Amino acid sequence: MLEIKNLHVTVGGQEILKGLNLTISDGEVHAIMGPNGAGKSTLSYAVCGKDGYEITQGSITYNGKNLMDMDPNERAGEGLFLGFQYPVEIPGVSNMNFLRSALNSQRRYRGEDEIAAVDFLKLIRAKAAELDMDPEMLKRPVNVGFSGGEKKRNEMVQMAVLDPSLAVLDETDSGLDIDALKIVATGINRLRATDKSILMITHYQRLLDYVVPDYVHILAAGQIVKTGGKELALELEEKGYMGLGITESAA
Amino acid sequence: MVATQEAKQTVQDVTGEYKYGFVTDIETERAPKGLSEDVIRFISAKKDEPEWLLAWRLKAYQKWLTMEEPTWAMVDYPKIDFQDIYYYSAPKSAEDGPKSLDEVDPELLRTYEKLGISLKEQEVLAGVAVDIVFDSVSVATTFRKKLKEAGIIFCSISEAAHDYPELMKKYLGSVVPVADNYYSALNSAVFTDGTFVYIPKGVRCPMELSTYFRINEANTGQFERTIIIADEGSYVSYLEGCTAPQRDENQLHAAVVELITHDDAEIKYSTVQNWYPGDKDGKGGIYNFVTKRGACRGKNSKISWTQVETGSAVTWKYPSCLLIGDGSVGEFYSVAITNNYQQADTGTKMIHIGKNTSSTIISKGISAGKSEATYRGLVRVMAGAENARNFTQCDSLLIGDKCGAHTVPYIEIKNPTAQVEHEATTSKISDEQLFYCQQRGLETEDSVALIVNGFCKDVMKNLPMEFAVEAQKLLGISLEGSVG
Repeated sequence: MLEIKNLHVTVGGQEILKGLNLTISDGEVHAIMGPNGAGKSTLSYAVCGKDGYEITQGSITYNGKNLMDMDPNERAGEGLFLGFQYPVEIPGVSNMNFLRSALNSQRRYRGEDEIAAVDFLKLIRAKAAELDMDPEMLKRPVNVGFSGGEKKRNEMVQMAVLDPSLAVLDETDSGLDIDALKIVATGINRLRATDKSILMITHYQRLLDYVVPDYVHILAAGQIVKTGGKELALELEEKGYMGLGITESAA
Repeated sequence: MVATQEAKQTVQDVTGEYKYGFVTDIETERAPKGLSEDVIRFISAKKDEPEWLLAWRLKAYQKWLTMEEPTWAMVDYPKIDFQDIYYYSAPKSAEDGPKSLDEVDPELLRTYEKLGISLKEQEVLAGVAVDIVFDSVSVATTFRKKLKEAGIIFCSISEAAHDYPELMKKYLGSVVPVADNYYSALNSAVFTDGTFVYIPKGVRCPMELSTYFRINEANTGQFERTIIIADEGSYVSYLEGCTAPQRDENQLHAAVVELITHDDAEIKYSTVQNWYPGDKDGKGGIYNFVTKRGACRGKNSKISWTQVETGSAVTWKYPSCLLIGDGSVGEFYSVAITNNYQQADTGTKMIHIGKNTSSTIISKGISAGKSEATYRGLVRVMAGAENARNFTQCDSLLIGDKCGAHTVPYIEIKNPTAQVEHEATTSKISDEQLFYCQQRGLETEDSVALIVNGFCKDVMKNLPMEFAVEAQKLLGISLEGSVG
């Protein structure tokens, strides 16, 4: 269970999150929507521990552990995965090597044995096949020369291999055509089927047609201002933020 | 920028803290300090050298006296007092010459064990013949019998002077003339040991030949001399690697390596260099002034240099190729990591003389701390070199904001049919890349290692497997391509 209480986050001297509260129980899928600049990406970075996102007040705990004391890789070891809005390129490092190093690092953190090379190969090939990724892509350097859709598909393959207990997806659906969107949705739903928790940050209702959330939150001006079921996303789609009485300077 | 700070710390951890800083206590027999004709005679007598070699040394010494220390490289270090150096130092047990490993000073063997070089293990597992140079005398040679069956000569330079004088006279100084530069002249006067390799016609050397160099005695300059000859249609892969114990005084190393390929022959020469780089404040460390050159004398012959340079306080090194034979090929693949106050001025010279000659240069420089790395490369196409081709790629990766990377290409073309390409890039490890790796579960230092490894991949993949492992240890990076 992820518990965020009264979270205040400052970036570059400017307060972006101003007392955010959010609880995600095991197996739940939450969607966070909100206007530009509301602090959606800041929330995902703060949860995953990116440098420069300074927590000035409040707390983030995961399964009772204080995440704020942990380095990003330790949080990953605890089961956190961040699907990036803009996955970065790592020239010269094959997808395969990258993911095996990452998985083994997580396993070491959890006191587990490293995965045998043969078992890893089977695992990654199976996951790539589930998400229709050409096995050749696994040998290519991480995200180098990938299209936007390929990068997001790669994020989903990484997520499937690392098998996190909580996935935070930061606008994973942005800039995707319908086919790529379906692939992303497939990745999320497969994870969901194993009773994992998911936090989807999105601009659009579109993704929620494929991954139906248990809760929808609206984030504006650094706080969650409205929470509802899946119908809230539809309402938002219809009326817009203004129609729901939410402005950039809410709260 | 916190991540960048961490990255700098990490690279310090990876390259900075020198793990092999210990000193072996072995009785040594030394020449008196300083350089003179007497010292050279002492060295020559110690090695029981033939008269012609002594004469050759003395001539080199006279030449050296007339020369000036070069200052054009982008390196800065206190003036070396050449009279304050011991020019000969040998482990005493070498006096009688060990017949097998059992006769080698156990202290010495333990030293290598600390370095992770177990001779016994290597003999059995690696299939690598090892000619270890400890200070200045070879103390153990393995696999010689097997090589002998193939007609391959793999011995110390001293032995070659005795046993193969004709080959020695023919090739010594034939690629790097005595007076080529200040340090080659010095080396010619005082070289104490090194390796001699001869691969006969049509023989493909059945194993990778390897020599570990290690500087041990304080204030002992190392003046190794290596000659490798690949006769017609032969092939050899040679590995050179080294670590050194921690010392406060700067230690001078001025090696000369000469490679010769005849028609259709190929030499692949790989180096992993990890000498003590000095401490975090720039105190101590090895001065590495090396002259390495290969001559592709035969048609369609090939010389390939691959180097991973992580150590030394000051590096001055330009493994080069003289492409004399028509259709000959020269290659230079280099990774140079500098950290703290290290300085490296390194690169290559590709001299196209024959027709249809081609060369490839791939240089990857990684600078961290307050270090300076310079790539200095010359591509020269002579008037008679019809259809010469060169491709050069120089990439620099910066970690932190106090280091420097410089690229100084020289291109001289005297034949209009030449095709020469030069590409250069400079980049930094970004916080975004680091966070991406960390978020997937990698620790900071592993993330840096992974990114650096990727950056160097085009060079690392040219290393023989045994050496790639060594390089991986040095760079703290995981090996590419071990899966899949």
